[in-house]
Amino acid sequence: MKLKWFSPKGSEDDDHQSETVIEEKEVLLDSEELNGNKKGFFFRLKERLAKTRETLITRLDRLVLGKKEIDEDLLEELEEILITSDLGVMTTQALIDSVQQKVKRKELDNPERLKEFLQQEIHRFLDVPGKLIDFSQKPFIILVIGVNGVGKTTTIGKLAGRFQREGKKVLMVAGDTFRAAAGEQLEIWAERSGAEIIRQKEVSDPSAVVFDAVKAAKAREMDIVLIDTAGRLHTRVNLMEELKKIRRVIQKEIPDGPHKTLLILDATMGQNAISQARIFHEAMEINGIILTKLDGTAKGGIIVGICNELKIPIEYIGIGEKADDLQPFNPDEFVRALF
Amino acid sequence: MFESLSERLNLTFKKLKGQGKLSEANMKEGLREVRLALLEADVHYKVAKDFIDRVKERSLGQEVLASLTPAQQVIKIVQEELTGLMGGSRQDLNLAGRPPVAIMLAGLQGSGKTTTAGKLALYLKEKNFRPGLVPADVYRPAAIDQLQKVGGVAGVEVYPSDPKINPVALCLSAMEWGKQNGLNPLILDTAGRLHIDQALMTELKQIKEQVRPNEILLVADAMTGQDAVNVAQKFNEWLELSGVILTKMEGDARGGAALSIKSVIQKPIKFIGVGEKLEALEPFHPDRMASRILGMGDVLSLIEKAQLHFDEKQAIELEKKIRKETFTLDDFKDQLKQIKKLGSLEQMIQMIPGINRVKGLKDMKPDEKELIRTEAIINSMTPEERRSYQLINGSRRRRIAKGSGTTVQDVNKMLKNFEQMQKMLKQFSKGGRKALQRGHLPF
Repeated sequence: MKLKWFSPKGSEDDDHQSETVIEEKEVLLDSEELNGNKKGFFFRLKERLAKTRETLITRLDRLVLGKKEIDEDLLEELEEILITSDLGVMTTQALIDSVQQKVKRKELDNPERLKEFLQQEIHRFLDVPGKLIDFSQKPFIILVIGVNGVGKTTTIGKLAGRFQREGKKVLMVAGDTFRAAAGEQLEIWAERSGAEIIRQKEVSDPSAVVFDAVKAAKAREMDIVLIDTAGRLHTRVNLMEELKKIRRVIQKEIPDGPHKTLLILDATMGQNAISQARIFHEAMEINGIILTKLDGTAKGGIIVGICNELKIPIEYIGIGEKADDLQPFNPDEFVRALF
Repeated sequence: MFESLSERLNLTFKKLKGQGKLSEANMKEGLREVRLALLEADVHYKVAKDFIDRVKERSLGQEVLASLTPAQQVIKIVQEELTGLMGGSRQDLNLAGRPPVAIMLAGLQGSGKTTTAGKLALYLKEKNFRPGLVPADVYRPAAIDQLQKVGGVAGVEVYPSDPKINPVALCLSAMEWGKQNGLNPLILDTAGRLHIDQALMTELKQIKEQVRPNEILLVADAMTGQDAVNVAQKFNEWLELSGVILTKMEGDARGGAALSIKSVIQKPIKFIGVGEKLEALEPFHPDRMASRILGMGDVLSLIEKAQLHFDEKQAIELEKKIRKETFTLDDFKDQLKQIKKLGSLEQMIQMIPGINRVKGLKDMKPDEKELIRTEAIINSMTPEERRSYQLINGSRRRRIAKGSGTTVQDVNKMLKNFEQMQKMLKQFSKGGRKALQRGHLPF
């Protein structure tokens, strides 16, 4: 069977998304009727990205308004706009270089068309094909990693709820044995989503917890195993080794696991996110990113650079604290919503 | 932390060597590099621009002082400006007033408020206060449990918060609880929230108005990007912050957020979090941080830390040895033991001046296990070998490796490291004698 919910685009996925929307409306009717707040997901995504879109678009428009040619000043202002959206020095320079080249070759002389061109370019950066994973075997192991405070446990809770709603049997694994009360937090999410959870006492070796959990998942014939890990800064060598050990332990039971290694990144992060992605990727071969906290004023521009440099697809984005505020990332929609 | 920034600045200014006068032309490339370095370090665009303008203004046309190279002169100016940008001199907590006074922590989700609350409690406890912790995060699952556990580790009283109670009422009754139990100050750990969430920001404002905390500190993640400025501004508008605590400074985030926040909201950075352990909270010294950014090291912090944890007598003894260059493997082992008490070796190394330029040491990533291995290796040596490591030949190496459960390569590596260290110490005893005499540098 093809794994539908990991495909970033495609008709199957669209069907599935509309299903989710209906379900969400029901949930919202229950929980938010009091507030009179009955908004669909896309409306909320648009609303929440509105801030981003507004700043980028109005500033771009103002920038090109009444200008006859693309000159140094214009490029410098463009640089400011891109940098303050957290696109980073490297990506910004790449974008500006390509604009300059176009100008040189006389393919782009009209400031009005600049916007269109940028849109295309950013889309090109973002469009990393996500691998369709063919999984005939159960359980499907998903390992979730990232630095401290990006929202790993919350994201796992949301993912579990999502998979449960699709009728999958989900096992959550409390692999964060370091942070105080991380296990309790995951347990509350398990209750909310109806997923099963495996948890051992704090300060136990995370690899041991994971090993037991993977065995249990096989025995209980679970569809999906979601493994939470302790937040760790990518610069801590020994903690990165601990992650590798977790992977080895999984592979003892399931040689081709973990099937997905998801890195959680926080949209408020700056250039350090690139270094995080790079180092986590080096150690753990990440094959998916989830970008959280897009509901603030942070523009999440950093993902443009990461997608471009590392060619890792963004799988989901988090746009709020509610269980259903996690949605598949779709580069088309993202750019469309952005502009 | 700031290594990459200081590296780039050093590299850029190297090119300025041999120029007699600072001019627009010879500064241009250098300043461009500085600007890019700042932007890459997540310094806010506008802040970086202002900064460069100021440095340019001050540098242009200056005669290079006889004792300085042009590069040094620019670095001096950049350092002064950086120090100014980060807030001049150190500002401590204001705890004056009728007890219990409150310290309120606020910030985005995941910035590290709960851990910081625990760190702050431990810090105050060590300064002979009797702090109390108040979990006021009733939203995130298990947040109250987390603070209770953190409080247990720190050995500090924690208010038994009820998650069903409104946070404003909760904080008020916690103040009463603090008064009855003779606790002071009380640290309020509020829920993480977005700065644009009107409802939750109003709640914070109400807590502020009811409790009237002495300190309202924004807990911000050092890895934040350009948005750091927006967040700080909004929190400041709502709450009128008294300061900022920057967390997760031990990573490779270049911490441009530190520079930007300070310069935009004009509130001091009071502490920085440099690790996951509860001891990993340091007072923020703008001047020292500026030196650190420029790769000039931070000897003062190192010495302070060392003085706090080291045995005075032993230190004097050691100092003599370093001076006489009779530092042996035994002393090295003792030092390793002491260093373990201090926390991360990596952090300590970063504080040493000029470390960025010592080849092989910059990328050295010591981990706890390596310390244990090193200790085992030294333990497997004879007293004679420990006194003069030159004795250790091939067959001795094999024996030591067997005895310590390591390989010959490990032994070789360790000895090489030790040799390097001795060389470094020689440099110190020549260069930094003053610091050594006053501060008893630990190794």
